[in-house]
Order: sequence, then structure tokens, then C-alpha cells
Amino acid sequence: MGNEDSVLLSRILTELTLSFHIIYATIGVGIPLMIMIAQWVGIKKQDEHYILLARRWTRGFVISVAVGVVTGTAIGLQLSLLWPHFMELAGNVIALPLFMETFAFFFEAIFLGIYIYTWDRFENQKKHLLLLIPVAIGASFSAVFITIVNAFMNAPQGFDIVGGQLVNVSPIVAMFNPAMPTKVAHVLVTAYMTSAFVLASIGASRLLKGSDHLYHKKALFLTLKLGFVFSVASALIGDFSGKYLAEYQPEKLAAAEWHFETEEGAPLILFGVLDNGKVKYAIKVPYALSILARDLPKAEVIGLDQFPKDEVPPLYIHYLFDAMVTIGMVLTGLSLIYLLGTWLRWQFIFSKWFRWLLILGGPLSVLAIETGWWLDEVGRQPWILRGIMRTKEAATSSGQVDLMLLLFAGLYLILGIGSVVVLLRMFRKNTVEQELADRASLKAGEQV
Amino acid sequence: MTLEILGITVLGMFLFGYIIVASIDFGAGFFNAFSTVTGKQHILTKVIQRYLSPVWEVTNVFLVFFFVGIVGFFPKTAFYYGSTLLVPASIAIVLLAIRGSYYAFSTYGGLKHKRYTILYGLTGLFIPASLSIVLTISEGGFVRMEEARPVLDYWSLFTSPLSWSIVVLSLTAVLYISAVFLTWYAHKAKDGEATNLLRKYALIWAGPAIITAAGIIVEMRTHNPEHYKGLISLWWLFALSVIFFAGSVYFIWKRQAYGLAFWLMVGQFTSAFLAYGMSHYPYLMYPYLTIYDSFTNESMAIALVIAFVAGLGLLLPSLYLLLKLFLFNKEYVQGKRDDHA
Repeated sequence: MGNEDSVLLSRILTELTLSFHIIYATIGVGIPLMIMIAQWVGIKKQDEHYILLARRWTRGFVISVAVGVVTGTAIGLQLSLLWPHFMELAGNVIALPLFMETFAFFFEAIFLGIYIYTWDRFENQKKHLLLLIPVAIGASFSAVFITIVNAFMNAPQGFDIVGGQLVNVSPIVAMFNPAMPTKVAHVLVTAYMTSAFVLASIGASRLLKGSDHLYHKKALFLTLKLGFVFSVASALIGDFSGKYLAEYQPEKLAAAEWHFETEEGAPLILFGVLDNGKVKYAIKVPYALSILARDLPKAEVIGLDQFPKDEVPPLYIHYLFDAMVTIGMVLTGLSLIYLLGTWLRWQFIFSKWFRWLLILGGPLSVLAIETGWWLDEVGRQPWILRGIMRTKEAATSSGQVDLMLLLFAGLYLILGIGSVVVLLRMFRKNTVEQELADRASLKAGEQV
Repeated sequence: MTLEILGITVLGMFLFGYIIVASIDFGAGFFNAFSTVTGKQHILTKVIQRYLSPVWEVTNVFLVFFFVGIVGFFPKTAFYYGSTLLVPASIAIVLLAIRGSYYAFSTYGGLKHKRYTILYGLTGLFIPASLSIVLTISEGGFVRMEEARPVLDYWSLFTSPLSWSIVVLSLTAVLYISAVFLTWYAHKAKDGEATNLLRKYALIWAGPAIITAAGIIVEMRTHNPEHYKGLISLWWLFALSVIFFAGSVYFIWKRQAYGLAFWLMVGQFTSAFLAYGMSHYPYLMYPYLTIYDSFTNESMAIALVIAFVAGLGLLLPSLYLLLKLFLFNKEYVQGKRDDHA
């Protein structure tokens, strides 16, 4: 097996691991915040339902944490195993946030263990809330730090190269690179948004399946309210990300938008297909790309003609961009309709078909996360460190990547099926009605 | 103390921490599986589950911390070890992944079956074996350079008595460390039956653990004379280790002071680990990589040390809280509290 094969297979294996990991990782970042909010609402309203909501979410969350932790360990090691040259170089500049990420992760792990195993230890629910704060902070901060590493790969800075050697390294400058603010913010809010829609789908599916319990209605309303807020925030920060790309990484924006020629007053291309270099069936919105990129309808947007052929990312990322944005818009609209419908008492939001749409919201938001990451990562090709190291220079020389790809594909299949089976069993066996009755009888027993 | 030494000390502490907590974890899984096969599960399972449940995630973090830290302080290790370890490290990752997720699936999701319990116990033995290959490779002789790239020679690795001795050492050490800890833990839980059984395991594995450890030193004489010389010059640390070992076995044999026995055992492994590490100095991978030629730039090293100190400021109180609430909480340990739903 030649080096070419190793590069391709290493890319596929990394993509497979990350695509699998981010499903659990995204939920792992967002759900602790939702749990904390539910616990807080429960304390404020003195409503047992919300406290129970926090606990039931936590039980499912533990399963996703387990898979997130083990696949995170996998990608952590694979970085060095599959991309030894990259880590050798980047380790000099970007080790700090990687190191800090493990601290955040450690912090979360400790307090999650404490929270789960002290569920009924303290009389005062506020103490349980206090335990949840470090869990949520740890989860979000590990996302912050690891996203900083990724931002660095898109916009490397904080060092000078003299004769092939890295000198004058400044870890802090490397961390606060230009890609970092938009990237970290977008990753965080979309993680919260995705978690909210995933939890909303669970509530909607219980209601659809015939349970008419108040608990599920409260859960659905709370999660969609949060989902709406975070999807609006995601769109806003997404817009900032577009402006960042126009300024610092124009080739990614141009490839994602099929913007071939540098021009003023550039139109935005929505959907469409690329056929022999010609865009067909697309919707063109005049001036929209200039507005997106620079806030002015007449502004100049750099096109792909400004870049050498071997530095242009694959053009299929346009489809990924469309998918991500469309899903974001649809989910914002869906949650808004639900909220308005609840306040204005529109009947159709209780109908079966609308609940089906809400159920679809969860998987769709996960799909948007995947397409967003693919867009971001493939849009950086052919670079692993933009402008500094090409992907093919970074890969391992090992001839066994093909076997490892099969090994890990098998692992993810087992973990994927296993986690779904376990989660379904967990909640089918122990319904809310059952659990509320159990808790009531436990309390009555204590008072006798 | 130079920054290089400081860096390797920090990493050594985490590696040692991982060796101890992971050994307890792996051994516990194995004893649990073994008791299932021999029909003694009712004696051990409760004690083991009560210990493992709140800490299972924390164990993993020690490992992540170590490998992230080593690439941070010594970026060249990513090149030398990353290029050579693809297969063994991948196998270890897959086993760790199956083990970790199975634990969560069974504990929280009710996925329980005898077959899985046995598999879980066995992975606990394969993981230390696959991870111990790193130690073997660091001794030199298994990696050659081809076109300026390191390549692992699997044939000499698999046929070397040294690599098998290290594998056997890792297994016996895991079982011994785990048995000593769990004896203490079961005793604290006032579970007489479990204490007796685990005490028996501790005594059974004490001999093999010390014999294989001594065997490594003999192997080293032919495999890596330079390292052997270093080991011999630190004979007093090994002597200390043997004294700790004797003390620990004595107390377990006499059925008294199990806590002290555990800490003596930790002392035994600390001094042996120190002696091994100090004699290996300055090599990270003999003879290609020393801690000096692989060290990161100064500003990164200082940043990492600051992050490390700040992180410890956060971690130590949290770890203390965890221990206080569970391991050192009498009511929890004795199973009188069951606070989780």
C-alpha cells in the first residue's frame, strides 16, 4: 500500500470516527445545560415534573456520555496515530487547548458521577442544582477548547517559520486566532439547539404514541422554547461565520457558494446542481452573497478564480452548505409555529402530522451538525493546517490503515446499535407514569 | 529542575495514577467475571459495583490526560510512537471502547448477561497487555528507521522474551493491585465473605507479581545493557520496593491494617516505577528519542505548566469531594445508602 492509499484511508477513518463521535459529543455538550435548566425550572416552580425530567434526561445522557467518552478517546489517539507529522508540528503550538480540554472533561466526569449517585441524598434540591453547574460548564468548555484546536487548523497563527522550524511560538495568540470566536460560538449554540430538538422529538413521540401526560407537554414546550432561542442564535452566528470566511478563508466560502468569478454585487446561489462546470436548476438571489459576506449589496466577493487549482476545496461542499442552512431555517420556523400555536391555541399543533414533524426535528438537527462539520472540514482541503501543511504530508506511512478502518467501522456499528437498543429499553421499561407513581409511594412510605 | 524534567515528572504522575486506578478497574472486572464462572458472584458483585459505579469515567480521563500531555510536552513522540503504534494502540482503543460503553450499558441500561460479564472481565486483561507494548518498544530494538520513518518490527516484537515478560508483568500487577485494594474496600464495607475471598486472591497474585517484576530486570541485562546498568545503580529503590511489598503481604496475611497494606503496596509500585523511569532517563524511545531533543518550545512548556497547576487547583478539591462522598463515606460503602434512582 502506497502513501496515497494511506492518506485516503486515514482521511476516511478520521471522518468516520469524527462523524460518529460528534453525534454523541454534540448531545453531550448540550444536554447538561438542558438538564440544569429543567432542574432550575423545577425548583422555581416547585414542580416535581421538571425535577423528574432532569433525572430522566440524565439517565439517557449517561449512555451518550459513555459512547462520547470512548469515541473521544479514539479520536484523541487517532490524531497521533494517523497524522503523526501534523501532531508533531501542531503539538508545539496548540497543545495548550488540548491539555485544557482534558481538564474540562475531568471536571465534568467527576461531578456527573457525584450527581448521579446522590440523587436522593440531599433534602434541598438546590444542592443537586449546584452539582449540575460544573457538569454543564465542563461539557461546554471541553467543546470550547477542542473547537479552538480546530479553529487553529483553519487559521494558524502564533508562530513564525524560519527554515522549516517553528519559532517565536505564542500559545495564547494561537488560541485566539481569527476563526475562534465564530467557530466556538457556532459550535456551542448549535449543540444546545440540537440537544433541545432531540429532546423535543422524544417528548413529541411520547405524545404521539398516546401518552397524554402533562409531563410530556411540559417537556415539549420547554425544549421547543429553548430550541427556538438557540436556532435564532445559530443563524445569527452562522451569518458572522460567513463574514469571517469572506475575510480570512475566501476559498471555502467561494467553493461553498459556487462563486467562481470575483465580482461586485455577487448573487447567492441556493440549491442547484453542478453539471460540467455549469450551475443548473439553482435559485439566484441577487446581491445576497455580497450582503452575506460584507453587509453591502455592491461589495466585492473573492471568487475561486483567485486561487491555484490545487488549493481549491471540492465543490460538492455546496450541497452540504445548503443542507445545513435549510435544516436550520426549517427548524427555526417549526419551533416558532409551535410556540405561537400554543399561545394562540391553534388546534393543528396537536395533530398527528405536526407531531411527526416535531419528531423529525431531532434527527434533522443531528444531520445539520454532520453536514456543517463536513462542510467545514472538507472546505479546508487540501490543507490540514491552512497555508502551512497539506493533508498528504501529514498522514502516517503505516500500511495497516485499511485493517484499522474495518476494525473501527465494526466498533462504531456495535456502539451505535448498542446505545440505541439500551436507550429504548431504558425508557420503555420505566415510563414516566410508572416512575411518578413509584416516587409517590416512596414518599408516602416515608411519612407513615 | 529543568522544564524537561518537570514535564516528564508531571506525565509520570499521571501515568502512575492511571496504572493504579486502571489496575483496580481491570482487576475488578476480571474478579467479577471469575466469580461468575465459579458461582461466587453473590459474594463479590455488590462490593465491586459499589466501588466502580461513581468512578468509571474518571479512570479513563487519567489515560487521556497522559497521552494528550505527552504530545503537548514532547511533540516528537507523536511522530515516533504515533507512526509505530497504529495497530496495537488501535486494538487497545477498541477494547477500551467496548469495555467503557458496555459498563454504562449494563449498569444504567440493564443490559445484563453472563456472557457479557465474562467478556468484560477478559477485556480487562487484554487492555493492559496491548498497552504494555509501549513500554516494550521504549526499550529499543523493535523499531527501525526506513526512509527516515520509524517502522515497528512485529516479528521481533512477538518473538522477544522481553515483550512477553512485560505482558505477564502487566497482568500479574493488575490482579495483585486490584485484589489488595478490593480487600481493603470489602473490609471497609464490613463484608467478611468478600474480604476473605479477595484476601485469598491478593495472596495468590503477590508471588507472581514480584517474580515477573524481578524477571524483567534479568531480561534487561541482555536486551538493553545500558538500561540494565542504570537499573542496578538504583538498587536501593528496588530494595525499598521489596520491603514495602513484604510489609504489605505481612499485613494481609495477618488480616490486619488492610488500609496500611494498600498504601504499602502503592509505595512498592511507586518506588519500582521511579527506579524504572529514572534508569530509562533520558530516553523516551531508545535510542532515537530523548526527552531533550523532543521537548516543546519554552513558551508552550511554561503555558502547559501554568495550565497544569491551575487545573490541579480545580481537580484536587473535586476529587476530594468524590472520595469523601463515596469511597470514604461509611454509609455508602456499607451499602446503607442507595441514593440513585
